[in-house]
Amino acid sequence: MKFAVIVFPGSNCDRDMYHAAKDALGAEAELVWYQTANLEDYDAILVPGGFSYGDYLRCGAIAATSHIVTEIKREAAKGKPVLGVCNGFQILLEAGLLPGALLRNKNLKFMCRFEDLVVENSKTMFSSAYEEKQVISLPIAHGEGNYYCDDATLKQLKANNQIVFTYANNPNGSVEDIAGIVNEEGNVLGMMPHPERAVESILGGDDGLNLFKSVLNNWREAYVTGA
Amino acid sequence: MLQAPEITPEVVEKDKLYRDMGITDEEFGMIKKILGRLPNFTETGIFSVMWSEHCSYKTSKPVLAKFPTKAPHVIQGPGEGAGIIDIGDNQAVVFKVESHNHPSAVEPYQGAATGVGGIIRDVFSMGARPIALLNSLRFGNLTSGRVKYLFEEVVHGIAGYGNCVGVPTVGGEVQFDNCYEGNPLVNAMCVGLIDQKDIQKGIAAGIGNTIIYAGARTGRDGIHGATFASEDLSEESESKRPSVQVGDPFMEKLLIEACLEVIHCNALVGIQDMGAAGLTSSASEMASKAGTGMEMNLDLIPQRELNMTPYEMMLSESQERMLLCVKQGEEQEIIDIFEKYGLEAVAVGKVTDDKKFRLLHKGEVAADIPVDSLAEDAPVYHKPSKVPGYYEEFQAMDNYIPDVKNQAEALKALLQQPTIASKEWVYDQYDSMVQTNTVVTPGSDAAVVRVRGYDKALAMTTDCNSRYIYLDPEVGGKIAVAEAARNIICSGARPLGLTDGLNFGNPDKPEVFWQIEKSVDGMSEACLKLNTPVISGNVSLYNESGNQAIFPTPVVGMVGLHESLDHITPSFFQAEGDAIYVIGEATPEFGGSELQNVFENKYFGKAPAIDLDVEAKRQTQLLQAIQSGLVASAHDLAEGGLGVALAESLFGTNLGCVVDVDGNLTTALFSETQSRFIVSVKQENREVFEASVEDAKLIGSVTNTKMLQVTKADETVIEESVADLTALWKGAIPCLLKSKA
Repeated sequence: MKFAVIVFPGSNCDRDMYHAAKDALGAEAELVWYQTANLEDYDAILVPGGFSYGDYLRCGAIAATSHIVTEIKREAAKGKPVLGVCNGFQILLEAGLLPGALLRNKNLKFMCRFEDLVVENSKTMFSSAYEEKQVISLPIAHGEGNYYCDDATLKQLKANNQIVFTYANNPNGSVEDIAGIVNEEGNVLGMMPHPERAVESILGGDDGLNLFKSVLNNWREAYVTGA
Repeated sequence: MLQAPEITPEVVEKDKLYRDMGITDEEFGMIKKILGRLPNFTETGIFSVMWSEHCSYKTSKPVLAKFPTKAPHVIQGPGEGAGIIDIGDNQAVVFKVESHNHPSAVEPYQGAATGVGGIIRDVFSMGARPIALLNSLRFGNLTSGRVKYLFEEVVHGIAGYGNCVGVPTVGGEVQFDNCYEGNPLVNAMCVGLIDQKDIQKGIAAGIGNTIIYAGARTGRDGIHGATFASEDLSEESESKRPSVQVGDPFMEKLLIEACLEVIHCNALVGIQDMGAAGLTSSASEMASKAGTGMEMNLDLIPQRELNMTPYEMMLSESQERMLLCVKQGEEQEIIDIFEKYGLEAVAVGKVTDDKKFRLLHKGEVAADIPVDSLAEDAPVYHKPSKVPGYYEEFQAMDNYIPDVKNQAEALKALLQQPTIASKEWVYDQYDSMVQTNTVVTPGSDAAVVRVRGYDKALAMTTDCNSRYIYLDPEVGGKIAVAEAARNIICSGARPLGLTDGLNFGNPDKPEVFWQIEKSVDGMSEACLKLNTPVISGNVSLYNESGNQAIFPTPVVGMVGLHESLDHITPSFFQAEGDAIYVIGEATPEFGGSELQNVFENKYFGKAPAIDLDVEAKRQTQLLQAIQSGLVASAHDLAEGGLGVALAESLFGTNLGCVVDVDGNLTTALFSETQSRFIVSVKQENREVFEASVEDAKLIGSVTNTKMLQVTKADETVIEESVADLTALWKGAIPCLLKSKA
């Protein structure tokens, strides 16, 4: 399985995502500069965190207009897994691949720490290696991670079981403690916490590794059946 | 604003305009002699920034020469963008600290942000990838609205820049004392990692080679920043706000990636960032170091504003700019890399053989100066020094013991002192984990960043107890180095070397100059004894406001090497039943202590004594014990003594402790006697540990009670719940910030 890690100008978790997929998970991974023509050769797309375009205008807004996002949409429509973390989540929201928006943290400050998350849906291709309601610990590092959506959208998210992770102790003011959501089809996940920062115990925990394992396992089941 | 074209050289001399730029009458005379004529307005400006203390070290040079800078493992000592130390496997660590005090005093967010940006550029201009940031901050007490504003905005600025640029802020220190009220200190340190074959130098070598300007355009911000940094702060400083640069961390991030790609091009000859004194210093230093000259056409400099004069362009400190020397004819390869990142890169000049620094503007020669006269020939001043009256008074005092009635209450008061209290409010705002190598995040003695792919890691810390240095600069200078080394040792690493961030008051005052001399003497002696050469540094003088100098604050930024990841040792207790040892006896030493601050609200008396032989012995023995796997946790005793160190060893754990002390309780618990450590050891390792660390004394054990208990004989002295102590310790700074001024 081959992961593409999209690199925008200003991405800064790109290498971390690459190491998580390549070294911790043991899959193939490549850093893909945003000017690359298409993503057909990859089985999954990772949109890493950082400050694409310096967060100018709005977090993720400028990156969302780039050609590579059109390509990400094309691959997502084929059902390939797309994971956006932190600024990657912001980009997916700005691109309309996921519903809602991210506001500034309720205390108006950047925050960086481990937070407990509850796995609300362990049936997605990103979370199947976790138990339902399992509490995991992942780092957050964001200034604008306060998830917001209107009531109608929230109703839909709940009805379709699109809320994958919630915060055990909501740090940023997100609606319904939401930390990560998938699209209706379940193949696009956006989340503020950083699973790629929690794949080795020496760095404080490896609860994030099962997210990558889930993607790999589901891909194997779908494409390597009979192998 | 002064405009160059209307001002003739004669006017510069007659109206003594050079004085406004910080040049003395004598220095102006020297410049005339060097040129053999009157300097024009632009040339006068160029001399003024290159001969400012900030760029030339004209006052501090004779003192700095005392620092030991050489050791077999030092690859690059002071003189380049940053120092470099060998860490084996053909790798090296690159680091430097830099101050941004004056800008932060008038514009805290941008002042702090651009301080971070500048030090990062110093490191990647050497060819290294920046892997960690630290800082050392000083503010007045958190009681005035102005101080709170400065504190919050400095932290915000560091976060705003460091987080965006993707370099983790892994450690630092913050202290609060009245002397910093009008003149806060903002020192930023950057650590980089490099393959030794990639090491770059800032040289403009090879006659005919091309000078390329890359990065942000030049604007009118930061003009005369270096000069501003070299004078006292005053009421008028507010009007210097235009001297403060504005940072763009996004641009910096692009510049890092582009430059780290460019260093692999054969076409590259030299590279340097444009820091203090911008284009002037980078260009003239690159030529001077290579023994060449340089000619630049200022019409080609990318400009952000219209009608910029040569004076403005040469003195601008616009951020995120680099200067490169590239082999003639091979420019395009380099320019293409910058273009990939959307950055401008333009050929603006060439290397010449006449050792002149020549600037062309609109068809005329705007400046023509012997290049060495800028970088090498700045005057050097041997300032008079004088022992201050207060020092002799303090030395004559006897050591005393503050009259503590209730040890538990004293401990609680100490834990709420902002200098001791948890800095979580600060470091929660810093991304400490990006790059996924941070093993020990902020809040420990030293931060630890592993070297990916190798069984080794780097420990790093910033330290300086300026109270001791105020009381006794020589002893305090020794302590600053020793304490930094203690922090590195406790984390399980061997200290490699340090970068010094020297912050002092006005050196024209003999008492201040004495502080500089003595603290450098003390630091140098400790550096030699502990084998930690000084490989880079920064000098910030004139840190005064309202005629009050700051405490002498020579910040030590130290880096150490973990020779195996197994050696990484936590600073807090690990398991119930572990034995607790203290290394070193306490004697009554409260001069400059936090307890003295609590009780007296001022500092006086002698600084704690330090015996460097004892220090070195204990450090060596403790490190060997750690490397042999005998130590579960190690923490140095610092502000607040054993009592505070015990509490800190329990914070964040689910543990408690029972400790027995003897002698005078206040001395045992709160004296700041030097060269001491608190260490926890598994029961099965006790015997070997005791045999290896001579001065270790068993004082108690780790419990599961979640209580901090101290007894003397059989009497309970302190019995406090760790949860309550934690709440006080964590709540202190947020509480001060919320309370009304």
